[in-house]
Amino acid sequence: MNEPLFRTEMLTVFFEGLCALSNLELTIERGEIVGLIGPNGAGKTTAFNAITGAVRVSRGKIVFRGQDITSWSTPCIAAGGIARTFQNIRLYDDLTLTENVMVASHSSVTYSFLEAIAGFGRFSRDERRICQKAEHLLELMGLADVAGKKARSLPYGSQRKLEIARALALDPELLLLDEPVAGMNPSETREFAELLVKLHADMNLAIGLIEHDMGFVMEVCHKIQVIDHGIPIAWGTPEQVRNDERVIAAYLGSA
Amino acid sequence: MATEIQSHGRTAARDRILTFAALGILFAFLWYADNHFSEYNLRILNNIAIFIILAVSYNLINGVAGQFSLAPNAFLAVGAYTSAILTLSPEEKLRSFVIDPMIWPLSEIMISFPLSLVVAGLATAFMALLTAIPVFRVRGDYLAIVTLGFGEVIQVVSNNLVAVTNGPLGLKGLTPYTNIWWTWGVCVFTVFCIVRLVNSSYGRSMKAVREDETAAEAMGINALRIKTLAFAFSAFFQGVAGGLLAHLVTTISPSLFTFMFTFNLLIIIVIGGLGSTTGSIIAAVVITWSGELLRVVEEPLTIFGYHYEGIPGMRMVIFSLLLILVMLFARSGIMGRREFSWHGLLELPGKIAGALKVKK
Repeated sequence: MNEPLFRTEMLTVFFEGLCALSNLELTIERGEIVGLIGPNGAGKTTAFNAITGAVRVSRGKIVFRGQDITSWSTPCIAAGGIARTFQNIRLYDDLTLTENVMVASHSSVTYSFLEAIAGFGRFSRDERRICQKAEHLLELMGLADVAGKKARSLPYGSQRKLEIARALALDPELLLLDEPVAGMNPSETREFAELLVKLHADMNLAIGLIEHDMGFVMEVCHKIQVIDHGIPIAWGTPEQVRNDERVIAAYLGSA
Repeated sequence: MATEIQSHGRTAARDRILTFAALGILFAFLWYADNHFSEYNLRILNNIAIFIILAVSYNLINGVAGQFSLAPNAFLAVGAYTSAILTLSPEEKLRSFVIDPMIWPLSEIMISFPLSLVVAGLATAFMALLTAIPVFRVRGDYLAIVTLGFGEVIQVVSNNLVAVTNGPLGLKGLTPYTNIWWTWGVCVFTVFCIVRLVNSSYGRSMKAVREDETAAEAMGINALRIKTLAFAFSAFFQGVAGGLLAHLVTTISPSLFTFMFTFNLLIIIVIGGLGSTTGSIIAAVVITWSGELLRVVEEPLTIFGYHYEGIPGMRMVIFSLLLILVMLFARSGIMGRREFSWHGLLELPGKIAGALKVKK
């Protein structure tokens, strides 16, 4: 029972000789919000990409629910319970909000394409379930009244929320958020923090997040991992990290 | 979407009735045409149906899944040859294979026309599957290059595999099984299948891959599998269309399936609106029909005392110009990515009236 929900062991990523991430040991327990912080170019997004199978892991291991998922493909990892959002929002611009969210339920579809054409049996049942789930998630994120609009037409903040709604449609146990409040003003950030805490409480989600807004990170995260130039430099509670000399040096420059 | 389930159900029932009524009108018209139209006009109707099949299935891979394929002429050839070889009688095969006799068992096989269409579709889909698996492992425009090459390979093979295809002489004396009922029957079936597929989770996944492949994979969609499905599915119907075409023209040879065929289809789906099945249908009708009307520009004619000799191939110049104009000024084509719906059609008169009122 001591096995955490998610952990990485000596996770290392090389880009043609350049070490983007070195020996990251990140542990996320069930129902925990963990922040991953560090200066620009520190390897935070690389870590997320490596975890979700988008870049190849050079060395090390990723363990999720006791299973070694290091060599899994991106779709398998997503369907297996690790959902993510992107730093530079990546929605399906030309699809409606509902469709955007429904896409993420594809891995739970039980009907074959031949049944889709014939249109009976599992097809209608699955479609109804997926559609209702999408509507529920959009409502949860406060986007229900624009559900029929195209994703492209949404304002920035709503696009971020839509990305989260889409990720939640995967029924993840671990949600990875890449700079969820970037570009938001303080009141939007505040609102988003409340939403995140509520989601976390309602769904018992484990959340990993990358963020530059320190106020936000210190407020919502239970644990924080700091990395600099690909090297992990500190790990602990917000208080521990805030007072760590190496962290202060990394952010403000050493004297 | 389904917030008011009751009214949703009622409009669904209304739409179904309207669709069946429209199909009834279409088939009544075809019945009238079959009895009263000239041979030439019936030929045009047949061509229109075949082009709708081709355009709608081509749009599935190019427009819906966003993978730029240039293979329709190759798939058409595979379908046409497969179906033709399977329906020719052993005597006819013996007679027309003058250079090399046809290899056994193909020389003895003879199956019914409908069955040959299904086999043609399956054989073509299988070809697509073989191409797709290596090609879709990498991202980008490799599909265009590979399918372009595939078209050339099919040309070379059909010219040189004499014991199967009869080489440049082609296959002659096919029974003209294809009639207006076959072409339009298959056409309606194709549109039905593709619309159903596009509106399912598989179709949504294809669109997601088109919009952003990385984000699609991050949402648990196996992009390789979805792209292969779209490619093979569209190839199936192109193969069936090939079979229909073979038994319409009754003589097929490698020169029939040049890249011009693909180019024509590309014009159709772009003008119709890449990604819109409705647009593909409308453009297939308009382009095929106007292709016939524009035959005048290739024939000698005299306007106001000025004699014009007529230039063969002039129609293609006009279509190419049209394509350039569409690309420059109306990139989304006739329909953009919108689709036909009864709801939209019923609201159209009101919208037009509204627009006119504003203008006044």
